Amino acid sequence: MNLEFSDDQKFVQQTARDYLEEHATLDKCRAVLEGSGTHDPELWKGVAEMGWLGAAVPEEYGGAGLGYLELVLISQEVGRSLAPIPFSSSVYLATEAILQAGSEDQKKDLLGRLSAGELIGTFALAEGLGDFDPGTCQVSFDGSQLNGTKLPVPDAGAAGIAVVVAREGEGTSLALVDLDGAGVTRTPLESFDPSRPLYQVDFEGAPATRLGAAGEGAAVASDVLDRAAVLLGYEQIGGAERTLELTKEQTMSRFAFGRPVASFQALKHRMADVYCKIQIALSNGYYAAWTLSEGSEEVGVASCSTRVAASDAFCLATEEMIQMYGGVGYTWEYDCHLFYRRAKGTAHALGTPDEWREKLVQRLDKTIGG
Amino acid sequence: MNFDDTPQEAEFRAKARAFLEQHLEPLNPDEVSPNLLGEREDEGAIQKAKDWQATKYDNGWAVLTWPKEYGGQGMGRLENVIFNQEEGKFKTPAAIYGIGHGMLGPTLMTHGTEEQKERYLKEMARGQVVWCQLFSEPAAGSDLAGLRTSAVKDGDEWVLNGQKIWSTGAHFCDLGMIVTRTDPELPKHDGLTYFIVDMNAPGVECRPIKQINGGAGFNEVFFNDVRVPAEYRVGGIGEGWKVAITTLMNERVSIGAGGGAGRTKDLFRLARECRKNGRPAIEDTAVRQRLADAFITSKGLQYTGYRTMSAISRGATPGPEGSIGKAVGAPFSQELAAFAMELQGVMGGVMDSSVAPQDAMWQESYLGSPGIRIAGGTDEILRNVIAERVLGLPGEHRSDKGVPFRDIPSGS
Repeated sequence: MNLEFSDDQKFVQQTARDYLEEHATLDKCRAVLEGSGTHDPELWKGVAEMGWLGAAVPEEYGGAGLGYLELVLISQEVGRSLAPIPFSSSVYLATEAILQAGSEDQKKDLLGRLSAGELIGTFALAEGLGDFDPGTCQVSFDGSQLNGTKLPVPDAGAAGIAVVVAREGEGTSLALVDLDGAGVTRTPLESFDPSRPLYQVDFEGAPATRLGAAGEGAAVASDVLDRAAVLLGYEQIGGAERTLELTKEQTMSRFAFGRPVASFQALKHRMADVYCKIQIALSNGYYAAWTLSEGSEEVGVASCSTRVAASDAFCLATEEMIQMYGGVGYTWEYDCHLFYRRAKGTAHALGTPDEWREKLVQRLDKTIGG
Repeated sequence: MNFDDTPQEAEFRAKARAFLEQHLEPLNPDEVSPNLLGEREDEGAIQKAKDWQATKYDNGWAVLTWPKEYGGQGMGRLENVIFNQEEGKFKTPAAIYGIGHGMLGPTLMTHGTEEQKERYLKEMARGQVVWCQLFSEPAAGSDLAGLRTSAVKDGDEWVLNGQKIWSTGAHFCDLGMIVTRTDPELPKHDGLTYFIVDMNAPGVECRPIKQINGGAGFNEVFFNDVRVPAEYRVGGIGEGWKVAITTLMNERVSIGAGGGAGRTKDLFRLARECRKNGRPAIEDTAVRQRLADAFITSKGLQYTGYRTMSAISRGATPGPEGSIGKAVGAPFSQELAAFAMELQGVMGGVMDSSVAPQDAMWQESYLGSPGIRIAGGTDEILRNVIAERVLGLPGEHRSDKGVPFRDIPSGS
């Protein structure tokens, strides 16, 4: 047993932290959040040049050929910085879906451009209220065209292509669609976290090509979501860690009753609880990252655990952050709401924690104590 | 990163298992997990525990992490964890050596004289002499340094007077380690001295305390003019706090090594057996949500323990992060038990193991868990430790700082 990341992996993480501390300061996140842009294109370009977009993509397809243990650490840093870029949509979802289900031609055509950041991808599954379940999609695909509405779709404004989960006959397939092409209408939605904005995407006879085998889309999508849950989980953990650090700084420098407010047990204990919650998430994350890098079937259970624990830890950390900052934490001017929005936004992005709890028990019920 | 055993670890695990199979009966995997409280030991149970310890010692499987010169095997903590994991799959006698082997032995190795190490450690390792810890007092628990039991020098001896409490197993122990106050004129941390004490000496009186779960693992221990030879002192006069801290740091490691409460398997079985709204409880949405959380926290605790062990096995010093296991694990065990009782409906109130599901172990656990939340550092103290020593937040305001112990208000 060895639960340490290697020195090389730690170096990748440190490089990512240094880069993002310089180039992804919180004012970058705020600029996208307050403005009308889709993301920060300069940062996206820089991140692409660092090789992170194709970190887990094999070199033969134009990626960096690192592994998932490196990618999770990069994700942790991206989360820590609240980088306003479509990292999760393009890297965890679109790129992963193409890696898993794409034909050789599709991989050769798309993975290099996705890794270089020239092309941004997203993943369209949800169709309004209802289960976040690839098996129940109503948007239809006839082998060449898409029809119907996806809502919400993350980062659809920045993205050039989308992997769409669609009904094809009696089954479910994945389809690749050019979002700039004919028959596609993208409408920006007011989003809870405008630094990772959401869209409505309408398809009216939009030309699309199949990704993977007909009828196997639900299984592939479920697999992609599991992997994305681990990667996004690391983003959430990184965000939660930074949240706690900022909360500590604020409460150490703020005095009341002649003492730093951080010296009151009522606050110390809350920060200790947040720390414990983050560690429980991180420990689940370690196991999930290992199963991901090993290609183990255990990732099915480990991804659910990480998804739930990391979402809950990030949300708790940001709720407590505003509470412990006091009144200023509730102002637009302070950065607390950037974290608060990112926490809840990511908690809902891949289906809610409660949905992943249900998925976890479905999976465990087949294996545990039977 | 690798969660699996290395080839060397796998080989060690197989060797441990082979030894255990020769001497113990394996637990049936379909059986409910054994009761972890282990507090209702009788004379026979103590003898069985001593016999098993002697067998381990004589075969080279006792106190694995201790140096060979003291009767150990000089192994790493990881091997110790592997052995404990394997031993946990067998029916073992009551665990009565945790305090001695995990805390007191290492304290003696750090602070004892050569004569003390020579005289006590091997004997402690073989387990025929059992040791207890005499720290807490009625008025000194979380604030341990506020203890009042006095030790006064009289010729070549020290004379002890006072009362200790919550001393686990003291009623069957032969020797103890005690912290006393030798100078009440000094501030509270400075006037303490640490001793070994013979539990059978005249003037030592042990009274088991009946707990809310009916067990009596703890004791009150009274000292009335108990005479302790000078060579029983551990560390210098007035250095008792430093020695006690060594003991308590080792307690943290011992507790941290426990990892998660791996009882989700039993919980899933229970949820299939119990019924809600005319269906198996496991089909109920609210039940499923709570099952998920139980699994996630349980695994989180287990892997947090692994992370600590992995770091220690690579040379890191066990730090205050080890407090997470208990800070999260103790209240979690209570929540888990409450949930399991909730699943049982009105039957949750029944403790008769002839009809209660899973031998009423959840009811037992619910009665035992309040004690776990207090013993060895309360939930609150552990949060202070995490806040101050891990996160670096300011220490508590202390109104007794620098004040001679005699002048500190005691409320009595």
